[in-house]
Amino acid sequence: MERPAANDKHFVQTANRARKVVKPHLVEEWVGKVYTTLCILVLVVTIGAIVYFVSSRGLTTFFSDGISLSGLLSGLKWDPEGDIPLYGALPFIFGSFSTSLLAALIAAPLGVCAAVFMTQIMPGIGKRILQPVIELLAGIPSVVFGFVGLSVVVPALRAIFPGQGIGIAAGAIVLSLMILPTITTIATDALSGLSAGLKEASYALGATRWQTIYRIVIPTTLPSLLTGVVLGMSRAFGEALAVQMVIGNSPHIPHSLFQSASTLTSVITLDMGNTVMGSAHNNALWSLALILLAMTFVFVFVVRFLERRKNR
Amino acid sequence: MKKVLLVVVALMLTIGLAACGSKNESSNNNGGTTNTGNANTGGAALSGSLLAAGSTALQPLVEQVSKKFMDDSKYSGITVQVQGGGSGTGLTQVSAGQADLGNSDIFAEEKFVDADADKAKELVDHQVAVVAMATVVNKEIAVDSLTKQQLVDIFTGKVTNWKDVGGKDQKITIVNRPSSSGTRKTFEKFALGTKSEDIQGSIQEDSSGTVKKLVAETPGAIGYLALSYLDDTVKTVKYDGVEPKEDNIVSGKYPVWAYEHVYTKGEPNEVAKVFIDYLMSDEIQNADVVELGYIPVGKMQVKRDAAGNITK
Repeated sequence: MERPAANDKHFVQTANRARKVVKPHLVEEWVGKVYTTLCILVLVVTIGAIVYFVSSRGLTTFFSDGISLSGLLSGLKWDPEGDIPLYGALPFIFGSFSTSLLAALIAAPLGVCAAVFMTQIMPGIGKRILQPVIELLAGIPSVVFGFVGLSVVVPALRAIFPGQGIGIAAGAIVLSLMILPTITTIATDALSGLSAGLKEASYALGATRWQTIYRIVIPTTLPSLLTGVVLGMSRAFGEALAVQMVIGNSPHIPHSLFQSASTLTSVITLDMGNTVMGSAHNNALWSLALILLAMTFVFVFVVRFLERRKNR
Repeated sequence: MKKVLLVVVALMLTIGLAACGSKNESSNNNGGTTNTGNANTGGAALSGSLLAAGSTALQPLVEQVSKKFMDDSKYSGITVQVQGGGSGTGLTQVSAGQADLGNSDIFAEEKFVDADADKAKELVDHQVAVVAMATVVNKEIAVDSLTKQQLVDIFTGKVTNWKDVGGKDQKITIVNRPSSSGTRKTFEKFALGTKSEDIQGSIQEDSSGTVKKLVAETPGAIGYLALSYLDDTVKTVKYDGVEPKEDNIVSGKYPVWAYEHVYTKGEPNEVAKVFIDYLMSDEIQNADVVELGYIPVGKMQVKRDAAGNITK
């Protein structure tokens, strides 16, 4: 190509041959390219459609139903079917944040310690038996978690603490079980990906295993561990059915952890089917969905931020 | 090259999706109206498909009847699909022409209000069954009967202890339905005569099964259930001294009942009419309707309109 004049004859021959027989690896290349492009397009179109649909419905509340954003975010009373409809979503936002934060607080130490045990202390049994067992938790449908919560967690809390048993505490316990596999799996991957050199250097300096774990292993992998926790939290934030069954769904900020409360997801699942499309109540539910979507974006950004810190 | 490829793929996808969309729409529109009935073969060979969507309280009945209907050789050409989704969804879909039959627990006039009021006028009501609700309490509670005023006091939060209505010194826990629920609207309208408050600490659940479980297990709980859900895990309370029994309901002595509606947009087409007639036939009304815990419409000695006026 660079010297076409010198190799003129040779170049023409090659070009002719290429035109006659399309090399199979080029076809493969092309098929692969088209296929992957198609896949990514489907994903982008789907995500775009979801964002568009939720925002177009969710924003109607502010534009045509005359509810202000600050009123929705800070209002304390939710009574869409009242004589004077009131749309205050603060109790739900509070419920969503408190349950998912509490769930992360319960699940993070458990998940990280389980990962430490499986990778640092007993890698053999950990890989072969414990990891599959914990990953099994991820496959249990959320309605089962909800039912177990209602049959085991709620009565237990009712017996131990004053109150009805249902509430933020019950929701957080059920959620912590649900996000445990996410946190454990990511923590296990992060810990086993740590270079052996660091650990060996620590042992060579005379550190015990425990000192190595909490002075070297955990601090080095902290961004990845936090990524797992944030992903777990974002799952907890979006979980609807299991929480709805144990939290009680009263539209108020509770006075204790053992009193009926609501989350954004639980109020959406409770009311969405009962309201007609286009009514102010229905639109307000879509606004709550929009808040959820926005929160998911925030979680994604936090994860990206942590990833960048890890690579530094 | 890359850009051309991308544009081609994007175009293909857009056209593909658009085609899918319009195909679905047209099949939905035609679904109910397809009618290849032939007079020469006796006029019975109707064929087509029906989509029924909405109320989860009516769903078991419509589902069971639709199975019987499709097994019947007379209607072999008709397929009926039944979906849940809630009364609001049912009314929205039938009004938008997405479903042929919209199942609802309450009158369309009550759901379509204000700007949507015209939509209710287009819909034709078919009352297929009557469902009655009973006040239930936890089994430990000694109270046997509550007056209307006592119920109002309890559900609006004026009375919070069972000792004020003749029971032991115990806190009352309300197990309510979400404010948009048809069951709750019926209970508020006919048992309380006023709207109830979502008071702090009250529980809200949408599914009758969960309500029953919570009333059965939570000390001091009160709630309400359709008669078909009653069993010995909960205690049924008399309303103003009247027992929620079928005799009292059909004679109009016990007022807490409502129709189950199947709505069609305009007069039902031939296929929908055949199905609704089948649903109203004695064969179904006296067997399946009773078996599933509803009361046949024909038995009622009183009638009620959308505004709640009762005629003998």
